[in-house]
Amino acid sequence: MWRAFIIGLVTALLCACSKTPSEPVFHAQGNPEILSEWNILSVDGKDLRLSGRVVPYDLNSALFSDYAHKLRTVWVPDGQMAEYNDTETFAFPVGTIISKTFYYPRDGDTDAVLKTDDNTAQRLNGRFDLSEVRLIETRLLVRREAGWAVFPYVWNAAQTEAKLKRIGDIIPLEISGEDMDTAQFSYIVPNVNQCSGCHATNATTREILPIGPKARHLNKDYDYDSASQNQLSAWQSLGILGPISILGDAPKNADWTDSAQTAAARARAYLDINCAHCHNPVGPADTSGLNLEPDAPHGPALGICKLPIAAGTGTGGRDFDIVPGKPEQSIFTYRMASTNPAEMMPELGRSLRHDEGVDLVTQWIAQMDGRCDRG
Amino acid sequence: MTRALLISSVMLTAILAACSPETSAPQADTDYQDTLQTQLLDAQPGDIITIPAGTHSLNRGLSLSVDGVTIRGEGMGTSILSFKDQVAGAEGLLVTASDFTIEDLAIEDTTGDALKITEGENIIIRRVRTEWTNGPSTKNGAYGIYPVQTTNVLMEDNVAIGASDAGLYIGQSKNVIVRRNRAEFNVAGIEIENTVDADVYDNIATNNTGGILVFNMPNLAQEGKRARLFRNEVYENNTKNFGHKGTPVASIPAGSGIVVNSNDHVEIFDNDVRDHRTANVIISSVYSTNYAQDNANPEYDPYPEAIYIYGNRFSGGGNSPDGLDLKALKTAMYGLTGRFPDVLWDGFKNDAKMVDGKMPEAMRICINNGDTMMINADGPGGYKSPTKDMADHKCELEKLPPVTLALAD
Repeated sequence: MWRAFIIGLVTALLCACSKTPSEPVFHAQGNPEILSEWNILSVDGKDLRLSGRVVPYDLNSALFSDYAHKLRTVWVPDGQMAEYNDTETFAFPVGTIISKTFYYPRDGDTDAVLKTDDNTAQRLNGRFDLSEVRLIETRLLVRREAGWAVFPYVWNAAQTEAKLKRIGDIIPLEISGEDMDTAQFSYIVPNVNQCSGCHATNATTREILPIGPKARHLNKDYDYDSASQNQLSAWQSLGILGPISILGDAPKNADWTDSAQTAAARARAYLDINCAHCHNPVGPADTSGLNLEPDAPHGPALGICKLPIAAGTGTGGRDFDIVPGKPEQSIFTYRMASTNPAEMMPELGRSLRHDEGVDLVTQWIAQMDGRCDRG
Repeated sequence: MTRALLISSVMLTAILAACSPETSAPQADTDYQDTLQTQLLDAQPGDIITIPAGTHSLNRGLSLSVDGVTIRGEGMGTSILSFKDQVAGAEGLLVTASDFTIEDLAIEDTTGDALKITEGENIIIRRVRTEWTNGPSTKNGAYGIYPVQTTNVLMEDNVAIGASDAGLYIGQSKNVIVRRNRAEFNVAGIEIENTVDADVYDNIATNNTGGILVFNMPNLAQEGKRARLFRNEVYENNTKNFGHKGTPVASIPAGSGIVVNSNDHVEIFDNDVRDHRTANVIISSVYSTNYAQDNANPEYDPYPEAIYIYGNRFSGGGNSPDGLDLKALKTAMYGLTGRFPDVLWDGFKNDAKMVDGKMPEAMRICINNGDTMMINADGPGGYKSPTKDMADHKCELEKLPPVTLALAD
């Protein structure tokens, strides 16, 4: 019996090397050591392709991760679907696998990478010419019986396989772009606990949840192979998302890069996806009293004239989180612009300053009326 | 069967290798870091993770999120986690777990906080040293030992040196004992913030900017109340404030012994407090820390009420207060060579609660400490009409019950 089992296993692995089975494999337990065991995506030396029924998706506004591009996918076991919710992460069935592959356009044929707008995933629709990109890591969120489990996989230099790195990793990178000086930085792959640092959005239950798959983030058009379509309705047509009361009423965050929208809408969308997973009323940063969820009212909880609590060096010598009209006196812009681990925000997930994000929040604060009185 | 397994595993390895060429090995100096972080990830409730003797150099923050784990070194001078080369992580060690014990080790030179513990219950921190080894500097991390939003916490026999905010800090927590610790060369030696029921005793706080602080800050989930400070030795906390502007502790004048800020029900007794150039005891409102009422949540109480000071041994100090306002006040009231009395109150009080021009007895600042005097600095009046009148403050308050904490027995 053992022998039969082992032969079967070997055959399966050989198949994984040579031929792509149609759909991903859900592992109900254990820590698969290599990414290909999940069969979410495959690499054949030239192309990266998604497996059967693996759906790529995008967000209105996305987390900044050192200018990395991100290919996001979701796969829901056949015949099952996620439950829609207006404000919270959709409730996905056991067996769901969500992946996020972090990569950069390559600078020629070197290992250096380029800063460019993150739209290649959409343009290529999940199919990459591997020679043009540098794959860094693929993170999986897997819905198991006991809850969501996290798996960070780091790609090898040959881009043939990614290995599980539960303790995370530091990858030295060189990045350049038209509007930035060449920079050397340490790209940080989070360890499994650090995954929870963002994904355990309720610090009391510490339940791990996906952050992106919420109505307000997904409610946008995506250029699928066949046609462009709203992601929420596409997910419904594909049978992976349950009923939505009225699609037109679904909340929608601004695209923070869309200059046609107001600075306030863009900034709130940016703060939502970059900060609110910790800075919400029950999140890991509720110790600070700062709430950056999209429905937080304009007031001290949103940072307006709010004193820091435990910012330490993160205050940058400034008195309040936000001083209306005075971005240069606001702690927000200081901590966003910093790259010192003791003071920067977010605490995890970046080593570089996000200039465009800092500019947006600066613009938003500059437009605010009011002032902060002192005692 | 064994042989079949062996052969198969060799085959498997070969196949796996074919699928995934080895990536380069981790650098040598991070081997221990990888081992320790793996132990922290794989820990099971009940596990004891030991930190061997030696100085272990780490460059990333560590984290633990499994309940019921003990981390144990061989001594705070022997088992040292050094973060001099830290490139990532806002803390040295971040713990988000309950039933956690850490003991007999040191955490040095972290970029941010040394040891942060959030949202856990039944936490013991014992014989741990947190230190920035280059001495006091604004560049040092904020907190040494930093439990926040925790319940049932014992902090004992620890040493905290060089934090740019507080050496030993407990925030937004419930039912806490802080005893036999030593805090030196921090901005705040020991700080109890927005915490309910804390007993702080047998500690030594010296050479900080402020020795022991009890603070209640606005806009947080929990307001602080009930702290007992006794049998502490608090002396010569005269180090220049090196906190970051904007943080609450940056407003602490150098030479502050015990500071109560906007916190109610604080009992200070049987302490030795001496030689603080501003004052041995300061009682103040958040208004004295650059704060205005309209920035606070409406239910927040900014006034320190029911403060009871008795049976302490105060001496020296008050002769050279930090800050121009206080210097001018001291000179005006006591002359160039005089000194502030042992207790300095900024004078903010809740007029809405006054009955016939007086604060009800149960809410007063009561000083029943021999001939110890207090000055009311008249902060609300812009320091124009300070008073030494003690008539309303020679009083007694009902004593607070001791904290009951099974971990401490």
